[in-house]
Parts: sequence; C-alpha cells; structure tokens
Amino acid sequence: MVTVAELRREEILRWLEEVKDPEVPVLSIRELGVLRDVEVSNERVVVVMTPTYSGCPAMHAMEAEVVQTLARHGVSNAEVRTVYSPAWTTDWMSGEAKAKLEAYGIAPPGPAGSDDLVPLRRRVATPCPYCRSVNTTMRSEFGSTACKAILFCNSCDQPFELFKAI
Amino acid sequence: MSGDDSGNGEAGTGNRTVSDGWVAGARSRTATSGIAENVLFEYLLRLADDRLVLGHRLSEWCGHAPILEEDIAVANIALDLIGQASALLKLAGDVEGKGRSDDALAYFRDAIEFRNAQLVELPNGDFATTIVRQFLFDAWDVLVLERLTASSNATLAGIAAKALKEAKYHLRHSAEWVRMLGDGTTESHQRAQRALDDLWPYTTELFLTDDVDRAVAANGAGTDAEGLRPAWRQTVDRVFGEATLTIPKDGFTPRGGRTGRHTEHLGRMLADMQSLARAHPGASW
Repeated sequence: MVTVAELRREEILRWLEEVKDPEVPVLSIRELGVLRDVEVSNERVVVVMTPTYSGCPAMHAMEAEVVQTLARHGVSNAEVRTVYSPAWTTDWMSGEAKAKLEAYGIAPPGPAGSDDLVPLRRRVATPCPYCRSVNTTMRSEFGSTACKAILFCNSCDQPFELFKAI
Repeated sequence: MSGDDSGNGEAGTGNRTVSDGWVAGARSRTATSGIAENVLFEYLLRLADDRLVLGHRLSEWCGHAPILEEDIAVANIALDLIGQASALLKLAGDVEGKGRSDDALAYFRDAIEFRNAQLVELPNGDFATTIVRQFLFDAWDVLVLERLTASSNATLAGIAAKALKEAKYHLRHSAEWVRMLGDGTTESHQRAQRALDDLWPYTTELFLTDDVDRAVAANGAGTDAEGLRPAWRQTVDRVFGEATLTIPKDGFTPRGGRTGRHTEHLGRMLADMQSLARAHPGASW
C-alpha cells in the first residue's frame, strides 16, 4: 500500500533531480550524495542535506536552489535541514555518476581509503579523462573547488581535474 | 558564514541534542545542569576558535603564496577550517542558549573572549613558518577529531567525523611540505628549522588539561588532550626525522590562550577580521 506522502516524496525526489552542483553541473545533488532524504508531512517538506566539505560555498547555492526548484513546482513550504552524520563520502557516488564526471573532463574519485601519510610520489597514477594515459602528474592536491585536485597529463599535454576521494 | 542560515537545522536543535547526547552516553541526567552546559560551551569555543583563527591566518596568504598551487591549497585549507568553525560556533551558540549565531560569536567577541591556543594566532612569518605550524596543528587536530567522533554529543560527533576527513588531507599535505622544505635546499632547511625552533614552545599548550577538559572528558562530550601527546610525538618525530629537522629541547612554554590570555598578535588580527562585520552590523549577502 503506497501512501500519498510516499507518492509525494517520489515526485519531489524527481523534481530535485533538476538541482545540479553549480561547479559540476553534470551531477544532480542526489548523484553527488549531498541529498540524503526528503521528509513529507502535511505541514511541510524537509529536504535533508549533508555538506561535501565543511566550508564548501556551493552548499549555500544548492540549498537555495532546492527551495527555489520546489517553489517552481508549487511546493512553497520546503526547508533544508543540514546533517553532518554520516559524513559525506565520494564512495556514495554511483558508477553512472562517475562516468558522467569523466565524460565531463573530471577524473572520477577512486575508493576513499586511508593513505594518510603516503607521500605524493608513491601514489597510484590517475588516468587522464581525455586520453586515458596513466602518465599523469599531480600538480596540486587542492583545486578550483574544495572537492577537486589539479593534475597534468604528460601524454596529451592537458591539465585536468580530479574529484578527490574522501 | 554567510548571512544565509537556511541550513542550520541540525545545529539548531542544540539544547535538545546536548541532553540527548548525554542520555545516549548513559550519563546521569543531573549532568545536564546549567554549569555542565557552560563547560560544553567553553569547550566548543576552544575547538571553534582554533579553527577560526588559524583559518583566518591562512586566508592572509591568499594572493601572496610563493606558488599558485600553494595559494590555492592554503586558501582551501582555510575554507575547511572556517567551515568547521562555523558549524562548531552554531552548536556553541545553541548550547549557550542566548541566541548568539555563529557570526555573532565570530565577529562580536573581543580577544579576551577567544579561547584558541596561542600557536594559531602567531603571525604567518615566512612560508616555512606557516607550513611547520600547520603540520604541528594538523598532527594534533587529527587525533582530537578521531576522539571526538565518539562524543556523546551527537552533533559534535557528526561535525568531527566530517572534519576528520578534511584534517587527514591537510596533514598529508603539510607533512609532505615539511619533508620537502626540511630535506630541500640549504635555505629551505634553515628556514624550516628556524620555524620549528620558534614554534615548538607553543605546542605545549595544545596538550594542557584543565577543569573544562576534565569535565567534558568525564561526561563523554569531549576529550582530554593530555593523553594524545605520545601519538602526536610519534607522528611529528617521524616526519621531522624524514625532513632532517631537529626538534628543540623543551623549555619556555607559553600558555593562556584557552582562558583568554593571548599574545599581542590576536587583537590586531581580530581588528582586521572583524572590521567589516562591526562597521555594518547585521549585514548579509
């Protein structure tokens, strides 16, 4: 037996597919893993989200976009609740989402492991998203956004970004 | 910390979370008295202020770092730390229960009300000083956050679990740079060694334990930093060894930051950090 609230929840989840990460516009907030749940009651709709990084400025943009998107679909009583637990991990990204990232030119994250103090030069090479070569070099562990690092492909002479595994 | 507070729901349940946390920690309900909550407030300020002050110091490098990659790295680390400070200050404001937001706590307290360790308020100095300080802090921070993931306060445990992932990444980065600078050129070695000699005394304060630490350790919300020293020494001994740097002998041990006694540098830093918010109270963007 499917309740009205459940139907409504599925509809809202479908609408929220329209909300993308402003910095990685090929991924929806669900695919990115920051959309955790939607709670529907008669009084209101609560969208539960978790931040990628503690200081990620895009979170504010995504939260605002969630509220605006639902308002466009006639849901005027939506609010966002931030949760910190369980902590966001790139392991929540599906294979499909990772393929979208790669097609967009961002090397997808590998499994989030614990190589805490392994120096740069001893790490496994990341394949270039453009030419698949593994002859690549880490240029900067930090990139244009909190979630990315900057690499360089020595085969096709292209800089590219890597979605950091955490 | 923008003016947009649409997303502070979890932190917004502060008082309830605190008592729930203690119940979950199987502590007696009497532990949730006003005094106990003030101790938690005090402890949260210590955690938050370390991050806020260090984050601001790092942000001062923006546009000035020796290479572009490090400019980006230092700004990113600053962003993580300030984000963590924002979450912790929101929780602190809820625990205090006087309606102070994260912005109110960040921008409208004076130096004497800040609870950060003196290490993080020192001027940036050269790049070696900034990196060595970052490494000393990161090695400590990872241990503190690991403990706090088991906090009886569910919100604090969640913030710590998230921050821990970031702190491990910071530690890997700062440890790598300590190796490169220490085991690099004659000049980079000399600068890194001078930085270590200057900063080492300030690390003592990270491990001091007072009644606040003991109270939060006893009720399970926080951790007592004293016990973290051996594990911290293991990390710093290993990395400084690889970096061919020598740890100086313990001697002068400045302290006082945890109770609001700071170096002359914090006031000047806050004058800069807080000027905009104080010139335009209540402004948001």
